[in-house]
Amino acid sequence: MPAKATGAGASSSSATIEVPAPRRSVIPGGTLYRGNEGMWSWVLHRITGIAIYFFLLVHILDTALIRVSPEAYNIVIGAYKTPIMGLGELALVGAIGFHALNGLRIILVDFWGVGTRHHKAMFYGVLGVWLVLMIGFTPRHLMHVFGG
Amino acid sequence: MTTDMTLDAPRTPHARTKRGINWEKWGWIYMRVSGVLLVVLIFGHLFVNLMVGEGINRIDFAFVAGKLADPFWIVYDLLLLWLALIHGTNGMRTIVNDYVANARVRRILHIALLASTAVLLVLGTLVLTTFDPCPAGADPELVASFCEDIL
Repeated sequence: MPAKATGAGASSSSATIEVPAPRRSVIPGGTLYRGNEGMWSWVLHRITGIAIYFFLLVHILDTALIRVSPEAYNIVIGAYKTPIMGLGELALVGAIGFHALNGLRIILVDFWGVGTRHHKAMFYGVLGVWLVLMIGFTPRHLMHVFGG
Repeated sequence: MTTDMTLDAPRTPHARTKRGINWEKWGWIYMRVSGVLLVVLIFGHLFVNLMVGEGINRIDFAFVAGKLADPFWIVYDLLLLWLALIHGTNGMRTIVNDYVANARVRRILHIALLASTAVLLVLGTLVLTTFDPCPAGADPELVASFCEDIL
């Protein structure tokens, strides 16, 4: 927002302050909170969080099978080694990577003095670091899954 | 609900309406503290289980037993279990609060979240603390190599 006169106490003086009308191109449609980096990081954080939560429930149960018998655990963990599940693991690691990095970004927005000012730049930083991590992980995991 | 609501003047300092522990504040802090720890713990977990050696193909009963024979990994996995599951459940609670307008449905979902979390925390903790890497009578082909001396 280009308006500069909205700070606390700015209205105490008698001088008239001119607030320019926002350009039409920056007026959001319907809601003040729509579009741009802030919303998409929030949306992705929710979606990845929900996905990771439901995987965690399953993952605690499948690991609990080590207490049942070696056979039971090996049968279930075998299901994780199929090509389709291998791709699922790639998606899971991608989701965890984004959720982790964006979570650190949220902490910086909350606690770092200039965090709110740089939240957009930090979102692109998150995407950049995420891309580097995925470039490191993806070929290695796909080789494990598909053999190579 | 009272009908004669009054609005405070702008910039009136926030008045503390309730005494006692501010659970929402501590939940907010928990998400950030556990989040930082989980970044480290889960990246380590993924690296050891999916990147090192043959990655996922290496994971079987003998591999997990080999890890959990070391108290380091028991503590590591206990931390993962408690930090991650409570972090996830609190996140789901936030989402339920955001999207479920019906108070009865919201209450049912809160109870379901609490119950499933309690069951899984107890189950996971019992599994990790009572696990025997070399269970009696197990197929020697399926257990860790160090079980030879015991079985």
